Amino acid sequence: MTMLENPPTTRPAASPAPGPAALPPRPVAAASREGDAAPATRAPHLVTRDFRLSYGVHEVLKGITLDILEHSVTAIIGPSGCGKSTLLRSYNRMNDLIPGVRTSGEIRLGPLDLLSPATNVVDLRRRVGMVFQRPNPFPMSVFDNVAYGLRLGGLRNRGELERRVESSLRDAALWDEVHDRLGLPAHRLSGGQQQRLCIARCIAVEPEVLLMDEPASALDPASTTRVEELVLRLKDRYTIVIVTHNMQQAARVSDRTAFLMQGHLVETGDTRQIFTNPREHLTEEYITGRFG
Amino acid sequence: MSPARPDAVARRTRLRQLADHGVTALCLLAALVVVAPLLLILAHLVRAGGAGLRPEFFTHLPKPVGEPGGGMANAVVGTLVLVAIGAAFAVPLGIGAGLYLAEIGRGRMATLVRLVNDVLAGVPSIVVGVAVFGLVVVPMGRFSAIAGGIALGILMLPTIVRATEEVVRLVPQSYRHAALALGAPRWKVIHQIVLPAARGGITTACLLAIARAAGETAPLLFTALGNRFWSTRLDQPIASLPVMIFDYARAPYPDWNAQAWTGALTLILVVAALSAAMRVVARRNP
Repeated sequence: MTMLENPPTTRPAASPAPGPAALPPRPVAAASREGDAAPATRAPHLVTRDFRLSYGVHEVLKGITLDILEHSVTAIIGPSGCGKSTLLRSYNRMNDLIPGVRTSGEIRLGPLDLLSPATNVVDLRRRVGMVFQRPNPFPMSVFDNVAYGLRLGGLRNRGELERRVESSLRDAALWDEVHDRLGLPAHRLSGGQQQRLCIARCIAVEPEVLLMDEPASALDPASTTRVEELVLRLKDRYTIVIVTHNMQQAARVSDRTAFLMQGHLVETGDTRQIFTNPREHLTEEYITGRFG
Repeated sequence: MSPARPDAVARRTRLRQLADHGVTALCLLAALVVVAPLLLILAHLVRAGGAGLRPEFFTHLPKPVGEPGGGMANAVVGTLVLVAIGAAFAVPLGIGAGLYLAEIGRGRMATLVRLVNDVLAGVPSIVVGVAVFGLVVVPMGRFSAIAGGIALGILMLPTIVRATEEVVRLVPQSYRHAALALGAPRWKVIHQIVLPAARGGITTACLLAIARAAGETAPLLFTALGNRFWSTRLDQPIASLPVMIFDYARAPYPDWNAQAWTGALTLILVVAALSAAMRVVARRNP
């Protein structure tokens, strides 16, 4: 693996919600639960401007400009190979792991210039968590999985660890199923439980943004429903970006939808508007299943 | 394609079943032939050396020529000491180099290290013995347990390096990604996630390397030399089972020859015990 990680540099901590229209997070989130959120009143949390990314000579993302609003769920949809996962991985710099990746343009997390070589990716990834397509618990116990990120952060106090592990597992709707067997190797859980464990592990470190790369695509329908319910509950506290192949899922869980095709952002807007009244012909064709 | 007639289908099915049975039988035969040499060796060793396998063989020193009895206690202990010295530096070094190749090394440097390691794996053990003689024994001015341990360690290294690399590469990439996405720095990913996940395989590799080295004779001839008495110092010559077997087997005394057989049986038992012990350890920490 080639990792282009930077030496730690001290940067001023970014306030999570800058911008003139920033409202306190809680009231906004509460409003969103009533159904019709007014996305325009939410501040952008992740700002993407003319972002380009290429693997060698192959340009995968061709000038993406997109605002991801705080405390909302943004779905990124598009046909296979359109670059949606690549865009998602750009938000926590996981693409750094791939040799030969070049980027240009701008991505900002609050005031933090995310693409700057001076940005400490270790700090960045603690602020921007990620849930992967396939559940990938570590080969250790349920407890140790959730505690891993906390211990990384230097938390050693056993009581505090137990408290945080429990609250994370509760938030991930897994506590009731595992509270009496926290010592069980994580691989013994079912696929759906493993994915919720990964979500618990991710939110245990209290990131600001949660990136989810097709988090339910390897799960059965019942587990998928549970993960979707989880996403809806978690947006009160996190800004969520979810990549999905499943249009119904995007419609069910997201407030805003971005449609990507061949590295271009075709359309972005309110999920309801995208699905009922898309501006672009391509979007309409895609969501009605004419291609992809 | 027109549908085949039922009897033709039945015949073809029968032929396939026959072929299936035939191949299965061939594989079984090959497996048996592979196991046969080990069984033959064991059977012969037990027949020739089993009678000498008495407690005093493990508790007594060799007797002078002409005196009956005596054992190889010093050689059994000596082999363990030599192997321990070798493993003490070969295991950490080998695992470190293997991790480098699997996790960090890129480009020419990694290719070079891998190539050198492969060449080292191919160096005949007698050559390693001669080299250590020149590099350690001559400057020190005497044969020693340290020199013998170094020679054995050099023989262990390539196996450990290569196997560690292979095993670490088998650790799913998703573990590393998960840890990195949680904000783990790379060294912690390697230390806390990759190494534990590969522990079983690495243990097996080290065990294999140690077991192989324990049976080496040639590299010890010019380094540890051999000793008919207890050696309490690492800078002195030390006895070892392979060298003692070598000496006793070519001696013109029938009772020494018999003891050589017993020594060979003991060597196999030591290696087997080593394997079993480390397997238990590996299983307990999967």
